[in-house]
Amino acid sequence: MPVKPVLVFAYGNLSRGDDALGPLMLDAIERQQETEGLPIELLSDFQLQIEHALDLEHRALVLFIDASVSGATPFGFTQLSPAKDNSYTTHAMSPAAVLAVYQTIKKQQPPPCFLLTIKGETFGLGEGLSAAAKQNFAAASSFVNHLLADLTASAWRNLTLTSA
Amino acid sequence: MYEHLETAENRDQLKRIVVDPVSRVEGHGKVTLLLDEHNKVQQARLHIVEFRGFERFIQGRPYWELPVLVQRLCGICPVSHHLAAAKAIDQLVGVDPANLPVSADKLRRLLHFGQVMQSHALHFFHLSSPDLLFGFESDIGKRSIIAVLADYPDIGLQGVKLRKYGQEVIRMVSGKRVHGTGAIAGGMNKALDKAERDYLLADIDQMIAWGVASVALIQKVHCANLPYYDQFATLRTNYMGLTKPDGGLELYHGGLRAKNAEGGTILDHFDYCRYNDIIHEEVRSWTYMKFPYLVALGQQNGWYRVGPLARVNNCDYIDTPLAEAARVAFKAHANEAMVHSTLAFHWARLIELLHCAESIKMLLHDPDIMGTDLVAQGEKRYEGIGVIEAPRGTLFHHYQIDENDIVTKANLIVSTTSNNMAMNESVRQVAAEYLSGRELTEPLLNNLEVAIRAYDPCLSCATHAVGKMPLQLELLDAEGRLIDKLVKHSDGQIGRV
Repeated sequence: MPVKPVLVFAYGNLSRGDDALGPLMLDAIERQQETEGLPIELLSDFQLQIEHALDLEHRALVLFIDASVSGATPFGFTQLSPAKDNSYTTHAMSPAAVLAVYQTIKKQQPPPCFLLTIKGETFGLGEGLSAAAKQNFAAASSFVNHLLADLTASAWRNLTLTSA
Repeated sequence: MYEHLETAENRDQLKRIVVDPVSRVEGHGKVTLLLDEHNKVQQARLHIVEFRGFERFIQGRPYWELPVLVQRLCGICPVSHHLAAAKAIDQLVGVDPANLPVSADKLRRLLHFGQVMQSHALHFFHLSSPDLLFGFESDIGKRSIIAVLADYPDIGLQGVKLRKYGQEVIRMVSGKRVHGTGAIAGGMNKALDKAERDYLLADIDQMIAWGVASVALIQKVHCANLPYYDQFATLRTNYMGLTKPDGGLELYHGGLRAKNAEGGTILDHFDYCRYNDIIHEEVRSWTYMKFPYLVALGQQNGWYRVGPLARVNNCDYIDTPLAEAARVAFKAHANEAMVHSTLAFHWARLIELLHCAESIKMLLHDPDIMGTDLVAQGEKRYEGIGVIEAPRGTLFHHYQIDENDIVTKANLIVSTTSNNMAMNESVRQVAAEYLSGRELTEPLLNNLEVAIRAYDPCLSCATHAVGKMPLQLELLDAEGRLIDKLVKHSDGQIGRV
């Protein structure tokens, strides 16, 4: 099975205030992809679920993008490890739990996966992005350009951080 | 019934136990128990603690935005809201269900079968199978899909792949797994091409085989634990849902049928556009979720259950052979007209999953499914009502628009609301029969969640941002002093504080 393109997977709800940060970042990346022809595959969903483990198959590199209420400001970027956290007891799983599902069903380590969290503040139904989230989004956009400039795990490891 | 446990008299002299949030359900709800000095339960309630404001979200928007907009109400069943809204706005452009182009009608049904299939697979394999395979009071470390995948790898993997297949059906029909724009006013905006049809056909026989195995599994689990499974959280209730004109199981479009606990008909073939004549909603001060009831029976006796158990109970037959055989066995096990076991929701849910898989195959072989005549038009109307059988039960969307096509009024009755009274009654039954008088522990309290989870409730829409789902169990003494507290942190760690 040939290796699939780098997967960029954003999740969140466009009508839930700052929860839209992930899908909006994916939209921006999609526009960039159209002009620059980036060798990446884009995926969006409301939230992570068990079957998303299958989207990790045959990937060399994966980037998850999410809004975060408790993460670093304006954004955080970390490499993920499989973790049997308790998010698998809800409808919405954490990316680390998705990796754990992958590891369990495939009996192998998942591909290198990284998580970009963009700090959000308000998540009400029908709200737009908060002023703070817009600033955080702009900062994260610049960082994403660095990621897209070198689509290798080693380059991304050098960019991991907990705050910017 | 256990309604006497809804409100205790001497509440400030009772110990309070809070399960907050209820886990492995969609959204945020909590259970409170008030206990006397002998740990006897005096009050038990399921509360919904988030006000969603759906109607306010929708009002003021142009009607043609609705099928896309309402998908964002829920991360678990966006397609159900999408299709209910589409059925409502069909009427706004003057298109009744009978006038929808044949191919559009079949594509919508295919989309809906995919949605119900993936939702049922998620609920059973991911959220409920840990309880059913390991036991309701098993170690909390066992109560997860990870443990199922480790101990029952074949079953766990089937769940993952059934869910994935349902999502692929959605993606092929609407363009995306979620946020798709398949249905529009008067029809569909995208035909299914041969490559897409063949892609789905490639795996459908495997899905049907796994559907058969799933039904066999739940039947085995249920019947191996009789009479416990037929008594746990069980209620003798009314049931409501759509059926075909000849009484067959129907998920997309039909008339409303309601039956009582003995199987007697309360109403049948009722036009859902007149739902306001037969269903009213009661408000109670301690929860945001309303309590619907059938007007003809009154508030006290008119509440009812919806969803898989109601649908399989209410219908006269299922039009796919394997699911129909499963339905016959399901009904036979109860030895009476209706199956009242709350845990039988799981069994009925998997019969529907099998029905969806069979129906998807039939539709994929139907030449109409690749038709390109997809949109009808008619005379504008100012009011539209769409009703659909969502995975969790009957879903109502009702809109009024003005001369500028702006929504001026919206009313939604979501499935879980119809099960509100039943979920509360089940919580009270479990509290009274299984918890009362015992020292409460986290595994014991999971019994309450098992009862709620059987309904597969969707308690709010999906905001999943990192760090939002802690669980706390608090035990207070008669003076309200905290004497014990368990905390489940967002990183999954559980500790005593």
